[in-house]
Amino acid sequence: MLSSKASSNCHGQDSLYFLGWQVYEKNPFHEVENPTGIIQMGLAENQLSFDLVESWLRKNPDVMGLKNKDGESVFRDLALFQDYHGMPAFKNELVEYMAKIRGNKVKFDPNNLVLAAGATSANETLIFCLADPGDAILLPTPSYAGFDRDLKWRTGVEIVPIHCSSSNGFRISMFALEEAYERAQKLNLKVKGVLITNPSNPLGTTMTKDELQSLITFAIDKDIHLISDEVFSGTVFDSPCFISIMEAAMDSNLKRNTDVLSRIHIVYSLSKDLGLPGFRVGMIYSNNQTVVSAATKMSSFGLVSSQTQYLLSYMLANKKFTSNYMKRNQKRLKKRKEMLVSGLKKSGINCLKSNAGLFCWVDMRHLLCSNTFEAETDLWKKILCEVGLNISPGSSFHCSQPGWFRVCFANMNQSTLQVALRRITNFVERSSFNYQQNMGSLSRKLISNWVRKLSSADREEQER
Amino acid sequence: MGLLSRKATCNTHGQDSSYFLGWQEYEKNPYNEVNNPNGIIQMGLAENQLCLDLLEPWLMKNPDALGLKRDGISIFKELALFQDYNGFPAFKRALADFMGEIRGNKVSFDPNHVVLTAGATSANETLMFCLADQGDAFLLPTPYYPGFDRDLRWRTGVEIVPIHCTSSNGFKVTLPAIEQAYRQAQKRKLRVKGVLITNPSNPLGTTMARDELDLLINFIEDRQIHLISDEIYSGTVFTSPSFVSVMEVLKDRNLDQTQVWERVHIVYSLSKDLGLPGFRVGAIYSNDPVVVSAATKMSSFGLVSSQTQYLLSAMLLDKKFTKEYMSENHKRLQKQQKDLVSGLEKAGIRCLDSNAGLFCWVDMRHLLKSNTFEAEMELWQKIIYHVKINISPGSSCHCIEPGWFRVCFANMSESTLKLAIQRLKSFVSSIGMKSQSHQELKSLRRKARNNWVFRLSLQSFYDREQDTTTKVSFSYRPHFMSLSNIAATLDAAA
Repeated sequence: MLSSKASSNCHGQDSLYFLGWQVYEKNPFHEVENPTGIIQMGLAENQLSFDLVESWLRKNPDVMGLKNKDGESVFRDLALFQDYHGMPAFKNELVEYMAKIRGNKVKFDPNNLVLAAGATSANETLIFCLADPGDAILLPTPSYAGFDRDLKWRTGVEIVPIHCSSSNGFRISMFALEEAYERAQKLNLKVKGVLITNPSNPLGTTMTKDELQSLITFAIDKDIHLISDEVFSGTVFDSPCFISIMEAAMDSNLKRNTDVLSRIHIVYSLSKDLGLPGFRVGMIYSNNQTVVSAATKMSSFGLVSSQTQYLLSYMLANKKFTSNYMKRNQKRLKKRKEMLVSGLKKSGINCLKSNAGLFCWVDMRHLLCSNTFEAETDLWKKILCEVGLNISPGSSFHCSQPGWFRVCFANMNQSTLQVALRRITNFVERSSFNYQQNMGSLSRKLISNWVRKLSSADREEQER
Repeated sequence: MGLLSRKATCNTHGQDSSYFLGWQEYEKNPYNEVNNPNGIIQMGLAENQLCLDLLEPWLMKNPDALGLKRDGISIFKELALFQDYNGFPAFKRALADFMGEIRGNKVSFDPNHVVLTAGATSANETLMFCLADQGDAFLLPTPYYPGFDRDLRWRTGVEIVPIHCTSSNGFKVTLPAIEQAYRQAQKRKLRVKGVLITNPSNPLGTTMARDELDLLINFIEDRQIHLISDEIYSGTVFTSPSFVSVMEVLKDRNLDQTQVWERVHIVYSLSKDLGLPGFRVGAIYSNDPVVVSAATKMSSFGLVSSQTQYLLSAMLLDKKFTKEYMSENHKRLQKQQKDLVSGLEKAGIRCLDSNAGLFCWVDMRHLLKSNTFEAEMELWQKIIYHVKINISPGSSCHCIEPGWFRVCFANMSESTLKLAIQRLKSFVSSIGMKSQSHQELKSLRRKARNNWVFRLSLQSFYDREQDTTTKVSFSYRPHFMSLSNIAATLDAAA
């Protein structure tokens, strides 16, 4: 009766990632009204810098009021503006802002920018442009759980994972890349491209120039596309500084291959750094004119509200504001991340060394009762229901190793994070106390050694 | 270079059709009362620009709505973070109420069955994704909105099979026409998943009668398929007969809570009656919880900006305002339509009798050199380049009779409309078609047409649906032929 899409589970929303949200919704933490509720640490949102945006809004009431610099109402023009090429002033500001985030080492042409209703829409549209049903995209794991829906559901395209592991800090090795490509071929899937998220969700790390150039070489070699989802590019708060795929592609060696720019596409959004997911501002950037043209037409299915385009074009035009915002936002993100990392460390929990994002990739392998995904799910459930923290289990990101969790830190205030850290500390103490109660002293010694060995091994990895 | 998808490189987006090409010509030389009085007047754009002046004072009286404040306190943060695909509850409530009011409160809508989308464009595509698989088909009465070729087919892979309607009965949908379309789909080995109607109709500007809606409901009940009623023009019904939604008919027939109830879905948007296409507010309404659930998840690909949801929830919750707005809106639409219809009549051009919409369905068959789509294109080009008016030729709406044009009237001032009518009058006089010969023509054509239309609703027109450049042609010069000669020509062409 209905389509197969409507009746299937391909939207991926039966995964733990989404189930955790649902449980949280029923019992959400509130400092005053519900202090024993579940703390949401599974939501990658930036709530640390609203005060900066609100202060700008207070100084610029006319923009919200849809008035121009002369105090005249532009309501009528905006109400009628539905051109899928997007508001020129807005696109001009966006490309400048994107360049700024990349230290002005790359320049973007507004004519190559296609607006979309959020990165969710941008990613799906790009897949519709680059791949046919039954084709495949290679995706490094762990990767954002939403991709199962965004890239596959309505497009009919398959995802073939590139398995990354903690042995090298989850970096994409050429071996893993080739292996994924071969696996796709064995499944009779035509690979149309590789999609990377840089900075990475859920790892919070940025890619090196070498890594990016290896990927570009791979894409040229296999005659496929390279999509770089750079939605977190504005959240890089520590060195190494962010290197965009565009910067890596501009390298003289690769530029000799004139095709290279036409196979590289960037996705961006204002949801993560500016913290405006509700306004639905996403975009595709491509030097490939056919892609730009097709994606522009497809953007009809998810245009950005003209009211929103107007507001944000003014905000981004204020260069003093954007510079100040970027600097202070990055400082706050760094401080909050360090608070999470050090707090977890006190409980004997280590995080993957990260320099970006709104989350940490946390190593809880030593808390598993067995090195299995069942044990990971058990631990996740305990942390959700007994500890009262909604964190995202690595399996929901298709991580190949059990025991890793993504823990968000930017969607709460400092005191809430402190509550969360206390709860974890208590949980870890309780767990080891219970464990010790149940084991003999010999076993206890063995386990302590094991835990110590694991922690020092991980510490070595992270320092690499 | 890696290959792109078929979707990116094909023409299924339909944007090579004359509908869009006319826009392009207009863009190169747009009319402006002051700066470019000889430019092309845009009459191909179905927008309501007549009542924006009513919205502006409301905005001034309600600064919190634009200022994202509630009782004077900023809720910017709450809205900036609000990306719940279930939509802003207050907005869905307000929208459901507004939809009920438009239908004279003869039906009520449950906000939990509303799915918000970025415009009706997104709503229609999403419904296709929910109801049909690649290779399935939906039946659509012609003439229909040219954008459907893109919205319903492009990324979904769903086919459109036309239900041919003709001027012989005012383009109403008939049972033989629906059944003929269904058989056509079967011949093409397409599984029909439903029928999609636009009510009020674009491009006809007419509302469907109860018996038409009954007919459609019976048909979908019988075949166990879906019915999508695109009711985006429901707020533009400016004169009798009053608007009857398919939901109302279902209720009156006590079909609510039956299986067919769950197979009828409505699409709505604030782009046409409130004149706010830039804000991207569309909605799907369905009584099938599985459709609501799937469509809600799919709406992630086109959510409505929370900034906009907040503004419009405040506006729609002001029931006094919306009532006054709708009443004034209808008055102005009616006046503008009357001006267009009477102006055209003075030029010897008739329009289909209409009671809704932002356009008229105009009969220019008597101005064609021959009863062919080539002649229609020729006339259209003359009107763009010499008369300097962009109107939409019927072929872009898949009409099977050449010579009909959709002419919009609500996207311009009274004076611009007057000028457009003046230009058309001059054009008609210049090609020397007087009303007397027009009447003679009409009667000749009516007789010949019945045969002609019947023959034309065959395979050849199916072919034309696939490619907007028509292949059907035969010479028809009614001035100089007797009826028997005309019949002979038809036989030769068949």
